[in-house]
Amino acid sequence: MTQSAPFDIFVIGGGPGGYVAAIRASQLGMRVGLVESEHLGGICLNWGCIPTKALLRAAELRHNLNHLSEYGITVEGNVSIDVEKVVSRSRKVAGKLSGGVAHLLKKNKVTVIEGRAKLAAQEEGIWLVDIEGKLAQAVQAKHVIIATGARARQLAGLETDGVQILSYKEAMVPKTMPKSLIVVGSGAIGVEFASFYKDMGVEVTIIEAMGRILNAEDAEISALAHKAFEKRGITIHTSAQLRGFEKTKNSVNATVTLRGKQEIISSEQVIMAVGIVGNSEGLGLEHTKVKLNKGHIETNSQMATAEPGLYAIGDVTGAPWLAHKASHEGILCVEAIAGLKNLHPIKPDAVPGCTYCRPQIASVGLSEEQAKAQGYKIKVGKFPFLGNGKAIALGDDEGLVKTIFDEKTGALLGAHMLGPEVTELIQGYVVAQTLETTEAELMQTIFPHPTLSEAMHESVLDAYQRAIHF
Amino acid sequence: MAVSVLMPALSPTMTEGTLSRWLVKEGDNVTSGDVIAEIETDKATMEVEALEDGVIAGLMVAEGTQNVVVNAVIAILAEDGETIEQALKVETAVPAAPQLSAPKKSASQTESVPAMAELKSEKTPTIALPEKNIFPSISSPSASPTSALSESGRIFASPLARRIASNAGLNLANVEGTGPHGRIIRADVEDALAAGPVNQLTTAAAPSEERFVPHSAMRRVIAERLQHSKQIAPHFYLTVDCEIDALLTARQALNEAAAEGVKISVNDMVIKAAAAALMQVPDVNGYFEEEGCRYFSAVDICMAVAVEGGLVTPVIHNAQQLGLTDISAKTSDLASRARSGTLEPFEYAGGGFTISNLGMYGIREFAAVINPPQSAILAVGAGEQRPVVKNGELAVATVMSVTLSADHRIVDGALGARWLQIFKQAIEQPVTMLL
Repeated sequence: MTQSAPFDIFVIGGGPGGYVAAIRASQLGMRVGLVESEHLGGICLNWGCIPTKALLRAAELRHNLNHLSEYGITVEGNVSIDVEKVVSRSRKVAGKLSGGVAHLLKKNKVTVIEGRAKLAAQEEGIWLVDIEGKLAQAVQAKHVIIATGARARQLAGLETDGVQILSYKEAMVPKTMPKSLIVVGSGAIGVEFASFYKDMGVEVTIIEAMGRILNAEDAEISALAHKAFEKRGITIHTSAQLRGFEKTKNSVNATVTLRGKQEIISSEQVIMAVGIVGNSEGLGLEHTKVKLNKGHIETNSQMATAEPGLYAIGDVTGAPWLAHKASHEGILCVEAIAGLKNLHPIKPDAVPGCTYCRPQIASVGLSEEQAKAQGYKIKVGKFPFLGNGKAIALGDDEGLVKTIFDEKTGALLGAHMLGPEVTELIQGYVVAQTLETTEAELMQTIFPHPTLSEAMHESVLDAYQRAIHF
Repeated sequence: MAVSVLMPALSPTMTEGTLSRWLVKEGDNVTSGDVIAEIETDKATMEVEALEDGVIAGLMVAEGTQNVVVNAVIAILAEDGETIEQALKVETAVPAAPQLSAPKKSASQTESVPAMAELKSEKTPTIALPEKNIFPSISSPSASPTSALSESGRIFASPLARRIASNAGLNLANVEGTGPHGRIIRADVEDALAAGPVNQLTTAAAPSEERFVPHSAMRRVIAERLQHSKQIAPHFYLTVDCEIDALLTARQALNEAAAEGVKISVNDMVIKAAAAALMQVPDVNGYFEEEGCRYFSAVDICMAVAVEGGLVTPVIHNAQQLGLTDISAKTSDLASRARSGTLEPFEYAGGGFTISNLGMYGIREFAAVINPPQSAILAVGAGEQRPVVKNGELAVATVMSVTLSADHRIVDGALGARWLQIFKQAIEQPVTMLL
């Protein structure tokens, strides 16, 4: 079966990149089709961002229970965790949102097809795309956007087995809590799992090959997180080379090189969180001019590949692997196809990142090291939540707000935060950056009292030696 | 790659200008920064600099050409490794500037510049330009750059864009914004700086303060009517000096004899004299209309009164019937109510003749714009002591110069002169006014 008239845009993949691109294209009056092989909403919504937030919420409540007495509340009786219920709630949340995406696509008149897509041919500027699925079919489209995302990276000899050695997917649906757990890799995914399992009562060890955890974050924030995790009882090994696993019936023995010495670390389970690779196979790209770089599709600043009429957005194009980056790329890509004027490429420095471990971490822009390496003369402001009334009242005053300004222009080069609700706070700085404010406008802005956001104001003031409360 | 050199806008409001002089000729090598031409607007003459290295392949606009529209191609630059022929070939699809007052420079170029005549009235040709368009650099020794303004006079730019521009001495007025709603963002400023010295000021510009006042109804009426008058009515001007010593003496005597509170002014006497002249030369007291001229028997004289934000011209109706006391009472009442904005519509509608007096500002003489559809207006200067020659001897007299602006469609020169003669007589022999 072939579509009678070609789609203006056909999107391969229904994750946060693909479905957002499809809706925007529809808003711009284009005929849009979308193919998804598994679940609308992609990994983010089904197996990533959203369900993990549901799990972490349970972990946070569990943690708070331990501290109720500090607030004058006594609870009598036993506290127990029903792991199955924790997980099923997380799945329900994911399911609800996935259904929501289906509704949004329908409302925007996007034709949604279930199956796997493969580029078959291009004739006179029209792509032929074969769909393999419940109903084999072929569609035609003027423009094809690849939004197939990415999957967990497997390391040779250290492959996951889904039982003792888990990927993110299995780690998200535990049936019971293991006694002990090794988390390999300390990026956002690794530390979120470490944080969750620790709060659920599991003994957690982090193994990180780099010299510090959360390598993408500002070094000072990373060091603070390290301290906070250790205070929580998480064991952290940095500069640790994982050599191999030996599986026994009830445990995994990991061979690790630590400071030049081989050591064995044992635990009941292991979670592998060592990065992801793009889903660029099986799409028929080998017959196109598309260039791949370590499995990621290369594009220009408006998401066009080297093959005319073919575009790629989101995780399949490489780091940072973030849902909001994918969505924004989808919108930019579609608007460029539509010929909208004055489109600006996405600036890597403008993409915020949030990690929902405890304490939370959020950042945007350049770290202090990066700013210096790029030759900026900088002004750095720091304000600890210790000096923030709202944080003290909440009983959650651990953390820091750090801001980095270009001394010459007053541009906010970067903001790095660790502490209560910083994942919600960071957006204030992101808006400021996008509006291209300088330190002057941020200083003039009135922050409401008492809020955690006052720490953001004070950090800016501190960069210019004007902090009031510290 | 051939480069088109485009007619630059010296100010945001400039739509065309005169290419007054070429400083290069075809075949010349130019280096970025060389002054290649001079451009003239009504405000200033500025130099145009080359922004790229290359050879002048063609001068598309002859020296002295007026009304060259902004963005028209004025020259073609051949770049490295390109012959002049190749460069010009690329450019054949490019419209050249319309030429209104100067002939084309050489016949050979004519072929490469099609549709010249059609372009004459086109302000912004929308034909695809070659690979690169270069807005020449302008060095402005005489005029300070004008700010690019939105309608409200504000340049929309992000704080960071402003900061970077100010650090670099860049004038935002000439930067095109690509942010939301055309806002100038950091990238635009950085692009402008990277593009070279086009928009840069040699010295940091003093921030210019501007005020935008939306038109009041009065301002619109003044603008419309006076523009209409100058465009439609062929004005001519007659000036005469009137000695007013006798008039001043008479005025003093009248004021001394008059009832308490009555104070006759020189202006009142001017009105009275004008009314007398209009009675005696009724052909000046009329309107020029399409089918004929309409004349009035009544003398309705308007007097121009400056008010906050403009001026109004209340009417002294039937001035020919009024004595000086009445005129004086009428003028002071009308003037004060004009200033307070409490005139009734009939008090400022109509009128056959207008008097505008700027004598109190020390103006010696001036020519006023006729208040349509009237046929003439009298501009009255200050009464001042001047040397005059009387009977072959130098003497001092108080002299007031008046200028009659008349619409030649209805008032001919001799008629206007005769009117002035009678007016002068009345002024100089004020006793006749009492008749």
